[in-house]
Amino acid sequence: MRREDPEIKGRPVTQGAAPVTATATQDEAVLQISDLSVTYGARVVLDQINLSIRRGELVGIIGPNGAGKSTLLRAIAGLLRPDRGTIRFARAHGGTPRASRAQAQLGYVPQRIEMDPDVPLRACDVVGLGFDGHRFGLSWPNALKRQAVDRALALVEASEFGQSLVGRLSGGQLQRILIAQALVSEPSILLLDEPLSSLDLRSADAVVSIVDRVAHQSGVSVLLVTHDMNPLLRAMDRIIYVVNGRAVIGSVDEVVRPEVLKSLYGYDVDVVRVRGRILVVGDEEYGDEANRFHHHAP
Amino acid sequence: MGFWHVLWPTGLFSNAAVVTAFRIGSAVAVVNAVVGVFVVIRGQAFSGHALGDVGATGAAGAYLAGITALWGFLAAGFSSGMAIESLGHRVRERDVATGVVLAFMLGLSALFLYLISALTETSGAPIAILFGSLFTVAPGMTGYVLGLSLSALLLLGIIFRPLLFSSVTPDVARVRGVSPRLVGLLFMVSLVVAVEESALVVGALLSTALLIGPAAIATKLSRQPLTSMALAMAIGVFTTWLGIILAYDSFLWPPLNRGWPISFFITSLMLLSYLTVQIASGRQRRSNAATALTDFGNLSTEREAWW
Repeated sequence: MRREDPEIKGRPVTQGAAPVTATATQDEAVLQISDLSVTYGARVVLDQINLSIRRGELVGIIGPNGAGKSTLLRAIAGLLRPDRGTIRFARAHGGTPRASRAQAQLGYVPQRIEMDPDVPLRACDVVGLGFDGHRFGLSWPNALKRQAVDRALALVEASEFGQSLVGRLSGGQLQRILIAQALVSEPSILLLDEPLSSLDLRSADAVVSIVDRVAHQSGVSVLLVTHDMNPLLRAMDRIIYVVNGRAVIGSVDEVVRPEVLKSLYGYDVDVVRVRGRILVVGDEEYGDEANRFHHHAP
Repeated sequence: MGFWHVLWPTGLFSNAAVVTAFRIGSAVAVVNAVVGVFVVIRGQAFSGHALGDVGATGAAGAYLAGITALWGFLAAGFSSGMAIESLGHRVRERDVATGVVLAFMLGLSALFLYLISALTETSGAPIAILFGSLFTVAPGMTGYVLGLSLSALLLLGIIFRPLLFSSVTPDVARVRGVSPRLVGLLFMVSLVVAVEESALVVGALLSTALLIGPAAIATKLSRQPLTSMALAMAIGVFTTWLGIILAYDSFLWPPLNRGWPISFFITSLMLLSYLTVQIASGRQRRSNAATALTDFGNLSTEREAWW
């Protein structure tokens, strides 16, 4: 699964690009994106993206700041309307990805949220909202809901602070609660927007372990946006590398290669491997532009 | 008779104005408590305060037109509330939109209050609009206030879960099919009812006293929204009743037979309660910190002993 040719997705790229190949059969795919384009005014953020994601794989969406990573995730989540293209999902029980977003079970973890320390909400209440927060009426005690919330909290190893006020949790604890909120509805796809940002190394490592378990033991497909791929190297099955509105999908070894990235950036790129970490560095002649590449540096 | 007549003032429940005040004050305190907890969670205190202020424009307009103040409060509140919610749905946008609407409505309010003082003989109307006059509310308004309060509570009961969901994690709620915009608009309806009814009790300028005060105290004491609402209701109703009793009793205070403003008592009691809770929770935090330090000290001593 981790050793396949990368797919170059988007409008035809310059020479040196790997050929577009299908890497997943329709039966395996839980998410199928075809010709997806998003523009903000005159700026093309995503240009004819084609992707398919398999059941139970962990895929990192990587790229420099402003490349369109979060835009891709938000388009999949239905938080913004693409200008062109289709996004299809497999139903929760399987089958080909023909279902609309409403029929699919999506779990979404937003970028870090700020909570007032005095907000009268326990962490378990926030998780519970993922279970039935979309339904009308008051929230009465419910054994089924309590069990689902307890399971989700246990899955993210957050049972010990489930009764704490959510506004008083640390960044890492809050991130786990938000993942539990997304998992409590038993989604087939989990989307996470920058879950590792502003976390210390230990908390980031804990979050990576959780999403690793969710994907590879629970069979949930995980798409995770991050500007630094290094914390995820041990867990990722494939990466989607987004630059200039185009995307390449494949394993890290297949995608993070100078010739592949050059086809996306449009100029020379070096890939440096130092003590198990990967740095992507731009050509010096591009001056300030090169700074955009240092997003993988520790 | 001394000071103690304040505990059970003579003729308290045989006075029709006081009975009306108790009924209307209780209904308003309850609806404000429930709405107020959501206002605290959603960070909409500024919108709530602004709606009270713009209500003065409606009430002054209603006075000039010769209709009941409540309808003026509600008309101004609804039009401004919808404008605020339509112009900005994120907190920052909403604050800017609120500021723009508030400035215009206060300008209109200044014009109406000027016209009242220039065209009529009365001087009490502007004071009643701005600072409340619960004892002068017609008994016939009780039914309307109760009906509006019940409707607002029913609406909040229906949208409770999606409102909480979209208040805490709006993007996640959207992914799960909730429309934060629609839920926000429906909440604004409840907020307008709560604030404008409150303006009847404590006046337009102080209407957030019943909205924010009990909710702010309750959220410091509770860890769940429903418990916070129940606590806020108890605090709001108790404060309003005590305010009514003190205001009624103040007719015996100097200047004799004039009575002090009810809004003064309610807002003072609210401040007193809030400060008490703040001091108590500060002490609790210091005590927890001291315990943690002691534990740390014990741990260090144990470690030193172990080494």
